[in-house]
Amino acid sequence: MRRFSWFNATSLTLGFAFLYLPMLILVIYSFNESQLVTVWAGFSTKWYGELMRNEAFLDAAWVTLRVAVISSTIATILGTLAAYVLIRAGRFAGRTLFSGMIYAPLVMPEVITGLSLLLLFIGIGLDRGIVTIILAHTTFAMCYVSVVVSSRLVSFDRSLEEAALDLGCTPFEAFRLVTLPIIAPAVISGWLLAFTLSLDDLVIASFTAGPSATTLPIKIFSAVRLGVSPEINALSTIMIGIVTVGVITFSLISKSQAVRREAEERAAERPA
Amino acid sequence: MRRFLLIFIPYAWLLALFLIPFAIVLKISLSDVALARPPYAPQLDLSQGWEGLRAFFAGLDFDNFTFLTTDDLYWKAYLSSVKIAVISTVLTLLVGYPIAYGMVQAPDRWRPTLMMLVILPFWTSFLIRVYAWKGILANEGLLNQALMWLGIISEPLTILNTNTAVYIGIVYTYLPFMILPIYAALEKLDGSLLEAAEDLGCSRLSAFWLVTIPLSRQGIVAGSFLVFIPALGEFVIPELLGGSRTLMIGKVLYEEFFSNRDWPVASAVAIILLAILVIPIILFQRNEQKQREAEG
Repeated sequence: MRRFSWFNATSLTLGFAFLYLPMLILVIYSFNESQLVTVWAGFSTKWYGELMRNEAFLDAAWVTLRVAVISSTIATILGTLAAYVLIRAGRFAGRTLFSGMIYAPLVMPEVITGLSLLLLFIGIGLDRGIVTIILAHTTFAMCYVSVVVSSRLVSFDRSLEEAALDLGCTPFEAFRLVTLPIIAPAVISGWLLAFTLSLDDLVIASFTAGPSATTLPIKIFSAVRLGVSPEINALSTIMIGIVTVGVITFSLISKSQAVRREAEERAAERPA
Repeated sequence: MRRFLLIFIPYAWLLALFLIPFAIVLKISLSDVALARPPYAPQLDLSQGWEGLRAFFAGLDFDNFTFLTTDDLYWKAYLSSVKIAVISTVLTLLVGYPIAYGMVQAPDRWRPTLMMLVILPFWTSFLIRVYAWKGILANEGLLNQALMWLGIISEPLTILNTNTAVYIGIVYTYLPFMILPIYAALEKLDGSLLEAAEDLGCSRLSAFWLVTIPLSRQGIVAGSFLVFIPALGEFVIPELLGGSRTLMIGKVLYEEFFSNRDWPVASAVAIILLAILVIPIILFQRNEQKQREAEG
């Protein structure tokens, strides 16, 4: 029994206005001529030009992108492995500890994760830089990946794997030819999640980054601590734009795939 | 052998980069600050064998934890973090519930779009979303300009650099975490229960209180923990939107480590923060388990 009342309409309108107005304002003011971000002084794209000439930001963006691609790829491999072990490997010594270590980082405050990793890197004498950020990001991202992938592994029909084994597949072939294609959407979502988390992370990166490598969030943070700047608005607009296009494209692709799959299933059900 | 390798790789990674670092934090929290590199003592010296090990354990003590209880900065910071986290969780619930409810009531063809509108901010940089409020809440910011233009206020309100700005920041950034579990709970709700309640003489409002709210309880609980747990250790929001008087433990830890370079105290602060978080985390896990059992 659904009734879409004026109350529902108002709460949706106000709710989404609250979610989107601040970002919209940010985007609008990135095209502001004035240095003062609260006074409108006419349309200009000069802050984008300034941004493109800012070597420090470009360097940081390049570091961030490399860290995100490498760490999310390693995290996806490790996280998928971890999920497979958790769901399919049965009992083994220390399984409880293993699942604890998968779930704990998800709820661990970032400041503690950052602090503990920094103390480890200092303890073993590893110089802080791009490698330490990658190690840190891989560790917390693999836990997110393994949660996403294990929820898919739980829900799929195990007899498919068993059939492949009965028909003479080795366990590895069964994984590659049967399991992997089925869990592929979850693996891809896991990678995207890991990638975004890495791009976004400030706290853990600021503990594990060294003078040789600074990420974009660290740069943004030290700039906005002092106040609002139109250059950061321009940068934010670019980032919001990329994410919006990415999310919409991804959801359109997965929607059309779902439609195709349904059509195929219907075709398969029809008697020949 | 292959099975062993399969288990070993992720296991070893997590041991080395999650459990051991955590053990190091625990160890340093029991050490004393020292003018050395690294700046704490005792150091574990395995080359001296058993003697070294015994000297190491003899050097550990709970001094840092005693120190935390004597200096009222720390327990005030813990209390105020809990207070800020509780208030902002309640506010997020009050803002998020009507949105989730509206989404469930909306026509089916709107649902995918509404869903995407809730998820999209989650993929957008957290830092940027917090930063967006800096320009809005400032004294000469857009909110004050709008309110003065409307004639509601004559003097600009001081919102930025107060706890109010921190509440707004937390509600804003964590809202999707509240909406999604409540939406999931409400979507499963059987509409005929509401019809039955109304047939039996309930008004719409009391049917909402007596049927809808209790049946969406698990969504409310899950959403609240998803907001409360990260809010408690929050560092970025109080740093950017809060003032110098906004005390939150994440900020204290960061400053203790980087500004005061007191590693043992920073580690002890982290250990106690975790001890406080254990209770809500266990409650959250139990709630999730109940939900899984109800579904399975």
